[in-house]
Amino acid sequence: MSNNKKAFVQGLRDGLPIGLGYFAVAFSLGFMAKKCMLTPLQGFIGSFFTRASAGEYGVYTMVVQDASYLAVIVMCLITNLRYLLMSTALSQKFSPDTSFIKRILTGCCVTDEIFGISIAYPGYLNPYYTFGAASISTPMWACGTMMGIIAGSILPSRAVSALSVALYGMFLAIIIPPSKKDKAVCIAVIVSFLLSYMCRKLDIFERLNLSSGTITIILTIVISSIAAIIRPVLTNTDEMDS
Amino acid sequence: MKHSVWIYILIMILTTNIIRVIPITLVRKQIKNHFIQSFLYYVPYVTLAVMTFPAIFETTSSPIAGIAALVLGIISAWAGLGLFPVSVICCLVVFILELFPL
Repeated sequence: MSNNKKAFVQGLRDGLPIGLGYFAVAFSLGFMAKKCMLTPLQGFIGSFFTRASAGEYGVYTMVVQDASYLAVIVMCLITNLRYLLMSTALSQKFSPDTSFIKRILTGCCVTDEIFGISIAYPGYLNPYYTFGAASISTPMWACGTMMGIIAGSILPSRAVSALSVALYGMFLAIIIPPSKKDKAVCIAVIVSFLLSYMCRKLDIFERLNLSSGTITIILTIVISSIAAIIRPVLTNTDEMDS
Repeated sequence: MKHSVWIYILIMILTTNIIRVIPITLVRKQIKNHFIQSFLYYVPYVTLAVMTFPAIFETTSSPIAGIAALVLGIISAWAGLGLFPVSVICCLVVFILELFPL
């Protein structure tokens, strides 16, 4: 048991800087949520149990547009598809005797950053490490969102304007390093920028009356599919096979 | 018809966590399909890129400040800075530029 306790404490320690980053970014997510008419309590509950910046951002923009519930499900599926991949990767990282409950809880903890440190854990993943990291970063994420919603109306507009780009800064920090390593990702990102700009500026799309969230979903499926066809990704097993 | 915000949030919580839990509990073998593997590989980057641009300079009071934040954000992320420092740099750029309008 003491081993689990040690892993939990280690998780808390590694989760703290993640939590600090979350707090700042969640603050700017809170501004967004405020613009989308969410109350502080809704922001807190939504963030506490979801913990997905892009997904929450996407859903909150749909709230203000009064989108259909089905569109919200599709939005969550698309913006969080990467969790499917991360969760799959983590499933390979468990010791075979890890219980079903611990697997479920670890799955719920998955975010980009928590996944990042969990997959880097030496040897089999001790779930308590992931629990430790999530138990400190999750409240910070939820409180950040709530305080962003509260402060959105108190802070001067200049500060709100500056803080509202924190979220996009975080998105850039996620997409740029892989773009540097992989030319295919780099091209996919540039094409995404261009097509996104065009779709939101061109008259045709405005007349079709597509919401911003729907454009995001369509562009993601189209661009990712084309990239997957042109530049399929080789896996470790392929490399081992060949 | 006006939808309920709480139901939106409930759907978001359920969908997001189901995505997280299904593979980790059910998948014991590697996904073999190359297209799905590759598609999943590109999805996060494409989604985030589409969400970032052009929104990053539409959310700020001055579009020029937003573009500057984009450029400096890309440069600092390229240089290897983490999520938190990149976010702070983007905020500072917007704050400073909007303090001294050109």
